[in-house]
Amino acid sequence: MAQRIRLQIARYRPEQESEATFDEYEVPYTKEMAVLDGLNFVKDRLDGTLAYRWSCRMGICGSCGMTVNGEPKLTCATFLGDYAPGPLRVEPLRNFPVIRDLIVDIGDFMRKLVRVKPWIVRSAEKPIAGGEYLQTPEQLEEYKPFSMCINCMLCYSACPIYGLDPKFIGPAAIALAQRYNLDNRDEGSADRMEVLSEHEGIWGCTFVGECTKVCPKHVDPAGAIQRYKLTAAIDSMKAFFAPRGA
Amino acid sequence: MTPSYDVVLVGGGGAGLRAAIAIAETNPRLTIAVVSKVYPMRSHTVSAEGGAAGVIAPDDSIDEHIYDTISGGDWLCDQDAVEAFVHEAPQELMRLEHWGCPWSREPDGRVAVRPFGGMKKMRTWFAADKTGFHMLHTLFQTSLKYGGVTRYDEWFVTRLLVDDGRVQGVVAIDLKSGRVEAITAKAVILCTGGCGKVFPFTTNAAIKTGDGMTLAYRAGAPLKDMEFVQYHPTGLPFTGILITEAARAEGGYLINKDGYRYLQDYNLGTPQPHPVFRSMELGPRDRLSQAFVKEMEKGRTIETPYGHVVHLDLRHLGEKKINAKIPFVRELCTKYQNLDPVRDLIPVRPVVHYMMGGIHTDIHGATPLPGLFAAGEAACVSINGANRLGSNSLPELLVFGARAGRAAAEYASQAREVDPRVIAQKTDEHRRLEQELFGRKGRERIATLRDEMQKTMEASAGIYRAAPALRQGVAELQRLQERYADIAIEDHSRTFNTERVSALELSFLLDVAQSMLAAALAREESRGAHQRTDFPKRDDQRFLAHSLVSRNADGSCRVEHRPVTITRWPPGERVYGEAAPHGTAHQAADRPLSSGAGV
Repeated sequence: MAQRIRLQIARYRPEQESEATFDEYEVPYTKEMAVLDGLNFVKDRLDGTLAYRWSCRMGICGSCGMTVNGEPKLTCATFLGDYAPGPLRVEPLRNFPVIRDLIVDIGDFMRKLVRVKPWIVRSAEKPIAGGEYLQTPEQLEEYKPFSMCINCMLCYSACPIYGLDPKFIGPAAIALAQRYNLDNRDEGSADRMEVLSEHEGIWGCTFVGECTKVCPKHVDPAGAIQRYKLTAAIDSMKAFFAPRGA
Repeated sequence: MTPSYDVVLVGGGGAGLRAAIAIAETNPRLTIAVVSKVYPMRSHTVSAEGGAAGVIAPDDSIDEHIYDTISGGDWLCDQDAVEAFVHEAPQELMRLEHWGCPWSREPDGRVAVRPFGGMKKMRTWFAADKTGFHMLHTLFQTSLKYGGVTRYDEWFVTRLLVDDGRVQGVVAIDLKSGRVEAITAKAVILCTGGCGKVFPFTTNAAIKTGDGMTLAYRAGAPLKDMEFVQYHPTGLPFTGILITEAARAEGGYLINKDGYRYLQDYNLGTPQPHPVFRSMELGPRDRLSQAFVKEMEKGRTIETPYGHVVHLDLRHLGEKKINAKIPFVRELCTKYQNLDPVRDLIPVRPVVHYMMGGIHTDIHGATPLPGLFAAGEAACVSINGANRLGSNSLPELLVFGARAGRAAAEYASQAREVDPRVIAQKTDEHRRLEQELFGRKGRERIATLRDEMQKTMEASAGIYRAAPALRQGVAELQRLQERYADIAIEDHSRTFNTERVSALELSFLLDVAQSMLAAALAREESRGAHQRTDFPKRDDQRFLAHSLVSRNADGSCRVEHRPVTITRWPPGERVYGEAAPHGTAHQAADRPLSSGAGV
């Protein structure tokens, strides 16, 4: 016999309401059921108007990030049983404009992502017939953890700097910049450095490490930021002691 | 002002993004739009795990990959298409390497390859066991550097604009605002992926609702080989989450309730401690899923609350190998099954995974409708025939995404301008949507109809099929179509109305489901993934042929057949598990050249 849990779900329909309210639903659950399964139960059986994003339900597409009892979570990888007996509160991710119910606007991240040039930059490209760029397992390991980012936005939701200063380019974008900077096939780190340095935000990051704590894929954006700061500091010292043309 | 492009792509997964880049590189002056119902990096390519096949090892050859693919497809593949595919796959995978894909490596820095089901050489490139994720993000991030690509993220396409026999754009809903817009184009490429959600138990993501297949079908393009549905033998019960074939390629065993490697009873070879190419656990997916059903009938599977299962045993591989080669398997088992494959057996059962059929295209991705192209799982070229081999779908979306992109670019460069009259169809479509979705006060719940459709499909078009159940399914789908006209939509908001999207997706699914049953009923033979208990033999006399399903004006299906293209490989018997002529995968893996030590 399935147990039941109460869900308090944030609702916001811009045509009807000027601010979010909560609707409460009771859903049955088993130990296998994720918070997302609870939302699907509501939508399929109780209230078809509930709006949220989801797709793969295996923790890899990055669609279903929400705030669950105050913490940013992938709802497909967070289980109802862990919150028994409830009630369980589901809200949209924080630090983003809410479009509708549990759906937030991530356009800001999408624009920032392009700015860090998340692609291989090279002055000369080898022809395909020339085969692969060699990359040893150790070289792969240098950047691999930063390549695991699924763009789920949990880190932006947790980031106190981004919350205060939306111009901050943010944890995932910096991690992805580092993903390419540390790839031995890439020559674009100087280009990316300019983008990352042009704003104060990154220096405001105090290594509270909230981004790393909430990352469902162990990407460690905080580590990327600290590493980047160190490189930037060394570069600026070099520039100070050895000015251009010297 | 109606936005207008040279080429519009529907779908931003692997095939769509590869096509977009191909167009930009073929002719940088062309304007391109990528219209997708999700942000491109959410596309289902992201879930692919095991790898991508392409001949690169010194002991491998193009002909062997071709033969494996054709025999794996039970001779239903078009051999000219397979030849093109196998020739181009390695260079496409190499191009992805140049774009930064984090392929797993050999100690000397070269790309590593692993064995895979139905393949007799090591030729599967992999990025640990998140290959699709890394390919998709590499393609998406690389696509960002092309200025000519405009994205319509979270726009849902509801119909194709067709005038004068020519496809000239799409009508789509901007989900955020709810606006209905026409986007015109000289050429449209459908890259919307598969349709696993016609079944109740599938590895497919929620978004895999056959949108492009139905859009093409309703516009007059035929669907090909829709009866061929791939069941992957190893899905987790309850969730249907895929446990990659790489788990078996790395040495995992499939065992029944007695701990017995039961595949040896199904003409798949004799068990060896290490994996053997084209044998036992490395047999093709159709044969393995069929063996599961037989094993269940013998009472040798394990009953669970979520259906019968067998066990996948990885314990003997050891923690180090599991962490290095298949870390995602461990992550998924820990998270979703509450077990650790280092110590525990993994319960698995066959799960709907892939659609071999799709929109009928030629080897350039062109459909019979001028201006309409398709690539990836949405399309059927066909290289997969009656059963796709694992690790052929990722290179397929690269090879045919690029081909469709180039062909569409060439077509658009020479095509007439879009006829402005076509935009009037937007008004018709808007009216239809208003009537069907906005003003609807019916009684049927979307989820109820979807559940009933899924149960119907499992009951009539599962791993084994027969005429009576197929006919019953056809009748039931007809009733569901009628009930669809009476659906209830509670959500009247224009802002991100996901209930309307679900209703439109259900409508797409119902049409796809009908085409599948029609094709399955017409094919009175057993071949690959299509097993008819009332016609248990392959029948090359009658059915060495593709099924083409077209839609009649009243919504009913018309099935025709057209011959398979045979070039150099006449139909033969599919033989698996004989004494492996090329040695074991394990022996090959021991050679320093291909140890794949680095991940």
